[in-house]
Amino acid sequence: MNQFYLSSLLAVFVLALIAWLGALGLPWLFGIVLPYLAVLIFIVGVVRRIVGWSRSPVPFAIPTTAGQQKTMPWIQQAKIDNPSTTIGVVARMALEILTFRSLFRNTRMKMNGEEGRISYHLEVFLWLFALAFHYAFLTTLVRHLRFFLEPVPWCIQMLGTLDGFMKIEILYNPIQVGLPGVYLSGIVLLAAVIFLFLRRLFVANVRYISLASDYFPLFLIMGIAFTGILMRYFIKADVAAIKELTMGLVTFSPSVPAGISPLFYIHLFFVCVLLAYFPYSKLMHMGGIFLSPTRNMRTNTREARHVNPWNYPVKVHTYEAYEDEFREKMVEAGLPVEKMPAPAEAAATEEEEKE
Amino acid sequence: MNDKKWIVLGLVIFLGLFTFPLWYNLLVRPGTAAPAPEVVLTDKAKAARQCVMPTEFMKTDHMQLLDEWRLKMVREGTGTFVNPEGKMFAASLSNTCLDCHSNKAEFCDRCHDYVSVAPYCWDCHLDNPKGER
Ligand code: HEC
Ligand code: HEC
Ligand code: HEC
Repeated sequence: MNQFYLSSLLAVFVLALIAWLGALGLPWLFGIVLPYLAVLIFIVGVVRRIVGWSRSPVPFAIPTTAGQQKTMPWIQQAKIDNPSTTIGVVARMALEILTFRSLFRNTRMKMNGEEGRISYHLEVFLWLFALAFHYAFLTTLVRHLRFFLEPVPWCIQMLGTLDGFMKIEILYNPIQVGLPGVYLSGIVLLAAVIFLFLRRLFVANVRYISLASDYFPLFLIMGIAFTGILMRYFIKADVAAIKELTMGLVTFSPSVPAGISPLFYIHLFFVCVLLAYFPYSKLMHMGGIFLSPTRNMRTNTREARHVNPWNYPVKVHTYEAYEDEFREKMVEAGLPVEKMPAPAEAAATEEEEKE
Repeated sequence: MNDKKWIVLGLVIFLGLFTFPLWYNLLVRPGTAAPAPEVVLTDKAKAARQCVMPTEFMKTDHMQLLDEWRLKMVREGTGTFVNPEGKMFAASLSNTCLDCHSNKAEFCDRCHDYVSVAPYCWDCHLDNPKGER
């Protein structure tokens, strides 16, 4: 048992309870005020985070060099893994953001046999599920635009059709799934987020470094996906009324239509909490990945000097100046000097000083 | 550093995408909300006063009801549905639902367009069984 995931799980349950009670008593608070507030916090928080990052100086050129750097013309350069041009950097960033390349390279160390030889294994499942998770999340997010746009543009309708292309039918007496059509992205999202949670739970060294701030977003997203799936296939909600509410929000003429199930308010409240929590959590890696200096800098460290922007203009006192200052005293003390003063000159300056 | 302008550009693009629904609706239908459409009941439906199940149930669960009807009819061969009040209906999409709701365009479609669902049923089933309109 681990207090971090238990407390996170408890927090999510308490949030659900709050939203459920709120739906019964204060639907305008949970349907209108909190969503606006959450979006506001999200926007202001994200802008502040990014602007803060943009202000922080980059003292060193620290791109990871995952291949041969540009050098002699007869040595082949790894143009993407060790980019020396902007195009190379863009390619590297695009691959990183769209395919999580550095996560793919992630390895796990293992001790083998009696003599404890170390071997490294690709940790491909983490990469696979992370990819599934992020793309399913993106699809789900974009698909939800049908609740915020009227008329719904063709491409959003198309996405819904594509997402529901698997005509899954489960029809037994208590369970009926199939109409409305099953959206794959929702199922994949829930499955992937459960995998990511179980990984933290069962891989001992990952569990050791996992904190409440790792578990909480997982449970929150699990809660969002779970309530969404529940509303679509099992405890049905009045979708037309819900769209009336969401359309009211985005056209700034909010209203709370009757007949919306409390489950929807739980779903919405989870989303609000996620939005408000986003800028202050690890989830900001969404913006952070664009600003990681280990990926977005060119490895031209041997061509161009990277100047530390906080280099202070240091006042230096060179040896020449030092000797000029103390030459007479050094000569008097019998110390070697680089430039012997002419005797007459030295006397003259001494005279001057006395005056 | 001169990276700042790129960061600001990226931020502006992100905010533009994030607030897309706001300005899309503003451009497409300036100044109007988009409440759920009023569905039109035919005279026949009005005379019946009640759907096959209570309205609240129909609003949320009509697709599942249809799925059960389909299962009953196609797999089990029982072609009738008895509602809790004891009224009997033929379990048929075109012949029952569209008997009362023969104005599909102003009833089913109007609501479906609003929530962006396009049931594939009409690929095979008649959407105008009486040949009216
Ligand atoms: C009050 C609005 C409303 C009306 C009227 C309505 N529907 Fe629906 N219908 C919905 C909603 C909402 C969904 C499911 C949308 C979702 O969950 O994505 C749906 C889904 C469906 C589906 C499942 C489609 C799919 O592929 O997911 C079928 C079939 C369907 N309706 C048939 C009908 C028929 C037939 C009529 C007319 C007799 C009708 N509906 C009238 C709101 C309505
Ligand atoms: C006997 C005539 C009749 C039949 C058959 C019938 N309906 Fe209805 N339906 C009605 C009436 C009347 C209402 C309006 C009830 C009300 O306003 O309370 C209604 C309402 C509805 C609504 C809710 C609309 C809204 O938002 O107010 C839906 C959805 C619906 N019907 C779908 C269906 C489907 C699907 C079928 C076939 C399974 C069907 N109906 C069969 C008469 C019928
Ligand atoms: C590929 C063509 C096809 C599609 C698409 C289709 N059906 Fe059917 N459906 C049939 C056939 C064939 C029958 C059997 C008719 C019979 O036995 O008289 C049937 C029967 C039914 C029945 C019972 C009989 C009747 O008269 O209605 C229902 C209810 C039904 N379908 C509902 C649906 C719904 C709801 C959808 C959309 C989600 C749908 N069907 C999509 C071909 C189709």
